[in-house]
Amino acid sequence: MSISHTGEGARSHTPALARGMRDGIPVGLGYLAVAFSLGIAARNAGLNAFQGFLVSLLNNASAGEYAGFTTIAADATYLEIAIVTLIANARYLLMSCSLSQKFAPGTPMRHRLLVGYDVTDELFGLAISYDGWLDPYYMYGAILVAAPSWAVGTALGVVVGNLLPARVVSALSVALYGMFLAIIIPPARKNKVVAVLVLLSFALSLACGYLPFVSTLSSGTRTIILTVVLSAGAALLFPVKDEVKEENAA
Amino acid sequence: MTHNIYIYIAIMAGVSFLIRTLPLTLIRKPITNRFLRSFLFYVPYVTLAVMTFPAIVQATQSPIAGALALVLGMALAFNGASLFTVAASCCAVVLIAEWILL
Repeated sequence: MSISHTGEGARSHTPALARGMRDGIPVGLGYLAVAFSLGIAARNAGLNAFQGFLVSLLNNASAGEYAGFTTIAADATYLEIAIVTLIANARYLLMSCSLSQKFAPGTPMRHRLLVGYDVTDELFGLAISYDGWLDPYYMYGAILVAAPSWAVGTALGVVVGNLLPARVVSALSVALYGMFLAIIIPPARKNKVVAVLVLLSFALSLACGYLPFVSTLSSGTRTIILTVVLSAGAALLFPVKDEVKEENAA
Repeated sequence: MTHNIYIYIAIMAGVSFLIRTLPLTLIRKPITNRFLRSFLFYVPYVTLAVMTFPAIVQATQSPIAGALALVLGMALAFNGASLFTVAASCCAVVLIAEWILL
């Protein structure tokens, strides 16, 4: 018995919302820990808890916010902070291009804007692992858990810098990476190109930390360069099969 | 501080929002170009893999704990464990490993 109030048909959005919230829990836990350390950076830049909360609620970015805080601390110009934010968050541009292909054609603008508000490494990962066209309500469920965790975690970090024992912060900080593994490994098992690509990404990502010049770039910039180079290489050498033909052949 | 903190915050928020929503709102049709489609298919795996390693080993107090989390996470994910199970197991192994090691 489900009555739609939105006029979009009788389909209930509750199951998708609930599933999104469940999958959002590991994201939220990881966010609490990461945002906590981000809050310490915010406090060092002179922000109070409310301002830290606001930055996180509106930006949903770790590297981008961190770069922003250091820029604010340096009392830089407004143009500078715009450029710094743009560069530190540029990978989200790439992710959103990729994500645009997960939306069913004809998805209303409001869903695109609301999902776009919280395209992060982790939520992008959830969206990509979703089967078929992305259900915006699944994303809303995840965002409802993740966004407040991120913002509250930052505020907590500002107020009580070292409340959590280092061991707990250390353990929580791998939740996000565990999630990434859960997203990239199963497809790598099915698709050899993806498997090789994942291993190659690991190796080059490690190498980039030591190579001259490249190692001086920010990790966000290195991520962009490696993503573009490796994905373009794979696309040239191993273009994906045409979905329509594949379905007909099956 | 001569600059207004709330103007800083508004600029950061505006730039972050536009970066994410412009592609989502401007690209409204399935891309038919085979190269672009292949490129965008591979992007998430490369991005997430690049961000996972070596970061997972550097995020923990002891690199060994991070490495154990990486190996366990990969093994569990390979065998089809859920997202939550993989993430929680990685946290647990770090907690246990650092309790023993440190």
